[in-house]
Amino acid sequence: MTAATTVVRVKQKQIAQLIAKGKRLDGRGLTDYREIKIEQGIIERAEGSAKVLLGKTEVMVGVKIETGEPFPDTPNEGVLTVNAELVPLASPTFEPGPPDENSIELARVVDRGIRESKAIDLEKLCITPGKKVFVIFVDIYVLNHDGNLIDASALAAMTALLNTKMFNYEVENGEVKIKPGYTPLPVRRHPVAVTFAKINDRLVVDPWLEEEQIMDARLTITTDDDGNICAVQKGGSGCFTPKQVFEAVQIAKEKAAEIRKKLGW
Amino acid sequence: MSQKTEKLIDKKGLRIDGRKPDELRPIKIEVGVLSNADGSAYIEQGKNKILAAVYGPKELHPKHLALPDRMVLRCRYHMAPFSVQERKSPAPSRREIELSKVIREAIEPAVFVEYYPRTAVDIFIEVLQADGSTRCTSITAASLALADAGIPMRDLVAACSAGKVEDMIVLDLNDVEDKVGTADVPVAYMPNLGVITLLQMDGILTSEEFEKAVNLAIEGCMKIYAMQREALKAKYVSVKEVEE
Repeated sequence: MTAATTVVRVKQKQIAQLIAKGKRLDGRGLTDYREIKIEQGIIERAEGSAKVLLGKTEVMVGVKIETGEPFPDTPNEGVLTVNAELVPLASPTFEPGPPDENSIELARVVDRGIRESKAIDLEKLCITPGKKVFVIFVDIYVLNHDGNLIDASALAAMTALLNTKMFNYEVENGEVKIKPGYTPLPVRRHPVAVTFAKINDRLVVDPWLEEEQIMDARLTITTDDDGNICAVQKGGSGCFTPKQVFEAVQIAKEKAAEIRKKLGW
Repeated sequence: MSQKTEKLIDKKGLRIDGRKPDELRPIKIEVGVLSNADGSAYIEQGKNKILAAVYGPKELHPKHLALPDRMVLRCRYHMAPFSVQERKSPAPSRREIELSKVIREAIEPAVFVEYYPRTAVDIFIEVLQADGSTRCTSITAASLALADAGIPMRDLVAACSAGKVEDMIVLDLNDVEDKVGTADVPVAYMPNLGVITLLQMDGILTSEEFEKAVNLAIEGCMKIYAMQREALKAKYVSVKEVEE
């Protein structure tokens, strides 16, 4: 246990009592997001990029495009790969080394939202069926951890994909030749992840670090532009009643619509 | 993946393996199958064949990972190389690492972790043959293995999936339905406490369909829960008879 988590345990009672009254330590209401700031196209070497600030949480995403082989079961589709790095400069709890279960879960939850909502038209990324397709690498880079990495990463990944430029190309004797100019990546849906923390049997939206450290359980609900659910993930060693889950779904739909409206998606 | 090779629901509304929409696959459970483990369970659900073993409570190595006020619960979900059509590399995949985490978090709410401070309890799950919804079948087996090991628990955790196959919400997806279906909702549930301990979803569902799927999965969990209790009784009743 680090010193930071000990301090939070001391505050645990205060945070929980406030939440019981519908208030939070940082002044937000239970379903309020922190301020969202987005910068895009900030890494010139990447085909697409974005940085999202969610309060003090800071996540950068870079998109790189390469050519590669399709999966045998989807010969006509490009490949989407999402990876997350919890880089050690972002938090005293992040250690250098191969991805741990937290970064793998983060990457896979963001991946599921993009993949299952069919946000990218992968069929348009096929060059030669069964042989050559475009591979989209979405690399999530957490720069500062102050809670709710999933929502920040999902927003950053979608923003980066939306400003991704694909080089124009032509196929000559099975070889890809790059032509001048760029076209945008075929993005057609805008999945938004909304994460809840359960503290003292109440749900709060967009938990920050101290709330995450004392929460019983976490629930992420990703919805698409039509309000359909495309990914759900429960995390943490607690539980939810079915009623809480269905309540969260309704709030997630409202919150995602608000965010989409604000970002013009 | 979306290319349909065969109809998943026939004209009578029956599924590819002849089941009704709300019907579970045949389930066989046996508790206490491994002599070295402190607790173990074997389960067959459809063509799923899964072994779970529990070791502990025991001393935790390295020692600095021990917690002063509770046990550390660890879980490894692993698929045998021969468990799927194309050989799977025995090295843990990203999927297996994620599943190990969500399975642990599905079981942990049931365990009185504070009863064994500074110790470790290991859950090892080996999928010998996979036939869809393996994470749910694994949770059902793992919670029985914990009970068999005598670890104090609030309730057994039963798990079952539901999903959407050709516009129909169905219970307990098999391999084909999982791969070709529109959505998959695995749920783990503690029936006595009425709480969900695992919830995931991939695919596309409206919120009404999602609610229906979760409720159907919970019904499935209740049926599996009854079978779990019978399996536990079967082991301990037979032990008693031998002693008398």
